[in-house]
Amino acid sequence: MSAPFAGSLLVGQTGDPLLFSVDAVAVGIVILKVLVIFALLLVATMFMVWFERKLISDMQNRIGPNLAGPFGILQTLADGIKFFFKEDVIPDKSQRKVFILAPYLAFVPAFLLFAVVPFGGDFNGGNDGMVTIFGRDTYLQLADPPIGVLFILAMSSLAVYGAMLAGWSSGSKYPLLGSVRASAQMVSYEAALGLSAAAVVLVTGTLSTHSMVTSQAGDGPWGVLPNWGILLTLGVPFVIFVIAGTAELNRPPFDLVEAEQELVGGFHTEYSSIRFALFFLAEFMNTITMSAIFVTLFLGGPSGPAFFGPGWMWGVIWFLAKVFIFLFMFVWFRATLPRMRYDQLMDLGWKVLIPLALGWFLVLASLEVADARQWNRWVVGAIAAVVLVGGAALLRKSVRSGAALRAEEVLD
Amino acid sequence: METTAVEYVVFALCAVIVLAGAFGVIWFRNPVQAALSLVATLFGVAVLFLNMNAQFLAAVQVIVYTGAIVVLILFVIMLLGVDVEEDLEEEPLVGQRVIALVIAAGVAGLVVAGVTLGGADLVSGARSVTGSIVDDVSNIEQIGRLLFTEYVFALEITAVLLTIAVIAAVVMSRRPSEVEPLPAENASMEPPEPMEPEAEEVFD
Repeated sequence: MSAPFAGSLLVGQTGDPLLFSVDAVAVGIVILKVLVIFALLLVATMFMVWFERKLISDMQNRIGPNLAGPFGILQTLADGIKFFFKEDVIPDKSQRKVFILAPYLAFVPAFLLFAVVPFGGDFNGGNDGMVTIFGRDTYLQLADPPIGVLFILAMSSLAVYGAMLAGWSSGSKYPLLGSVRASAQMVSYEAALGLSAAAVVLVTGTLSTHSMVTSQAGDGPWGVLPNWGILLTLGVPFVIFVIAGTAELNRPPFDLVEAEQELVGGFHTEYSSIRFALFFLAEFMNTITMSAIFVTLFLGGPSGPAFFGPGWMWGVIWFLAKVFIFLFMFVWFRATLPRMRYDQLMDLGWKVLIPLALGWFLVLASLEVADARQWNRWVVGAIAAVVLVGGAALLRKSVRSGAALRAEEVLD
Repeated sequence: METTAVEYVVFALCAVIVLAGAFGVIWFRNPVQAALSLVATLFGVAVLFLNMNAQFLAAVQVIVYTGAIVVLILFVIMLLGVDVEEDLEEEPLVGQRVIALVIAAGVAGLVVAGVTLGGADLVSGARSVTGSIVDDVSNIEQIGRLLFTEYVFALEITAVLLTIAVIAAVVMSRRPSEVEPLPAENASMEPPEPMEPEAEEVFD
């Protein structure tokens, strides 16, 4: 994907300084970054699978994988090798071409998403996340397109194809049901995801992921707190984004797509061998990428204080530490929360998250206007909050009366 | 601004993908495969937008068309079970193939004539409408500024139109609870069944 962006960066000298003049060294560095990200993401996915299994077994008083390697850390590798040697079954009734294509469609967006995530860099002392590789200044992220956040939304909207086509092409009813659920769920929660991401865009004033991190690296409210998106947007969009992101990943408690009691294995029931492994990998890779996006948008990405040694090292350390919090959170969700019912899922998405995200966006926008016009921030905030609460009350009433009408119809 | 070699390569690749996808849409008999070809076409167009510095259009193209509209099309195909291959031999309109051929040839002829006879100004290789107007300001910023200054009324009217459409869709999808079912004598008021005329004869 770097080739199209290389052209786009020619205008206006914004973005990664590495690409201001493209020569052999710059191309080499970009290729190096691609290889490093590819390898690290695969290794991280491997460890994530192990981490999830180990942590869940800890939470359930079991031992978990403990035979392959120290602490069973090579279990995923062993599973992967086993997947390779299993028989690859393609059902007779399947749509062969689409059936083969679907796992790759699930896999590719998971990789592409990571291209715009800043995973390191020196954000202290006015360095703005610049590091020097082979004598060239660059960012520790593969691409910094001016449409960063939109790119994230676009790729996550492509992720639905994998699940959808896998279920349909299997030519079997449970996968089809699973994929219909998956596509409805992912399309529904995309709106909430986009609206809460827009809140961060509003307060940081940029779409580029790198500028977003640089603006969050500065001093925050009262000079003590960090200038993170989670504080600037007053917390609510963060909660919405985490919920919608979890639903987008089809992870518990939103894993209706593969509800074992109802749908066998959901959309990948008919898949076996390495094709199943691809779905499995894509799911865990998406979990890591989504955590990285949480960190980039709301927790300041790789920014943080540097204590000793080179500054870029601390960027990577902070990034990994913050991502780890969310990885733990996802596993914790899975170990503790029961699966939602389908109607609860749709109600939460359409009647709670989307209106709340939209309303909060308006509140933040009015605060921005207040700052620009030098009105009293608190008065404007109070008025906006009152309007928000009024709207919520109206919405609640209409939802209630709609439910009552439906109940009456059922009784008739 | 000069067109670089990378841009030529990207353009050539995308042109092949776009054309192959467009061809696939009409070639595949299976509707899902046709929809997937449409995805390829739309994605190729998005990359072409990127190639012309229209990053915002590219992102919106992917989010709206590939991410939402084609997903809806596929959703309908799946839910309605239209996944059987269509009968392409039957012509609902008499002579539609011939007319389509004539129109297609005419449009292609017009395009070729426009490009060849239009003179040097028409195909200069310079960026026309998609590129940045001012070089130092980003594409998104310019679009935003124009939308909320010069074209603000058009934008507001479009917003109103979309709101009306959404409300209309909600109103139309509601089942009226007060309406009594039609009595049996008025069966002729119902729209005639388009399917299976033989079945009616059996009932007669």
